[in-house]
Amino acid sequence: MPLQPPADLDVVDHIQQTRDSYAQLGYDSYRWAEEPEPSAFVRPTKALSESKVALIASGGVYQVGQVAFHHKDDTTFRRIPTNAPVSELRTSHFAYDMTNARVDPNVVFPIDALRSMVDAGTIASLTPHALTFMGGIYSQRRLNEELIPAMTEALVAMEPDIVLLVPV
Amino acid sequence: MTSSWTITASANPPRAAFLDYPLGHTAGRPHELSEQIDIATAALSLIADATEPGQIVPLPHRWPSEWKTKARELSDKRTERFDTPQYERSADELAVTSA
Repeated sequence: MPLQPPADLDVVDHIQQTRDSYAQLGYDSYRWAEEPEPSAFVRPTKALSESKVALIASGGVYQVGQVAFHHKDDTTFRRIPTNAPVSELRTSHFAYDMTNARVDPNVVFPIDALRSMVDAGTIASLTPHALTFMGGIYSQRRLNEELIPAMTEALVAMEPDIVLLVPV
Repeated sequence: MTSSWTITASANPPRAAFLDYPLGHTAGRPHELSEQIDIATAALSLIADATEPGQIVPLPHRWPSEWKTKARELSDKRTERFDTPQYERSADELAVTSA
């Protein structure tokens, strides 16, 4: 049984909302990923202030000069230098309202916040690159066979202590 | 981080900080750096503070206006999908060609 939210939060249930919307529109029901057990829970061996952080974001962020994402199960990812100016960041996605992400990419790619945290000593450093992808991928098979192994290899090579995943 | 409790609970990551904002603002509101730092700090603090796997911790931030009624409407808000790169600005495509 997935963890239930506190009742007073009155959260929007995106799974139910999508199921109901698709049913009403006559679409097939989408099979959301369900993991009965949480993925590996590793306790930290160093303080946050000594840790190198890797950012991974699924909002379709790319840097000017890079090829943008396509929207039919694009299983590629981008390496965004963590010193990239926010003015050079763009978004490409089909399943969320990108209005504010295009005003300020930090809302789906919090690079200014992370850089500030390095300056303040809250975290030690960032990996040389953040990794981004376009999370609107319907094939869980292709996600697991193509995107995840490639991104994991790139991530491990940078030797982060902590990975911060920012979905949309 | 997450702005969807039910999707995250289903996917079951080791730990998550839940921000009850409309989708598209997982890390905070635009040009609100102080808020974005608060949210990132809260999320990263879970590394040390979370005591068991699968926890989702709600953050206290609230969107400044009512938004859930519209978010709960039954509709398909996705844009048409194409299998060619979709650039935010046409100049971006030229930047790649000339790189």
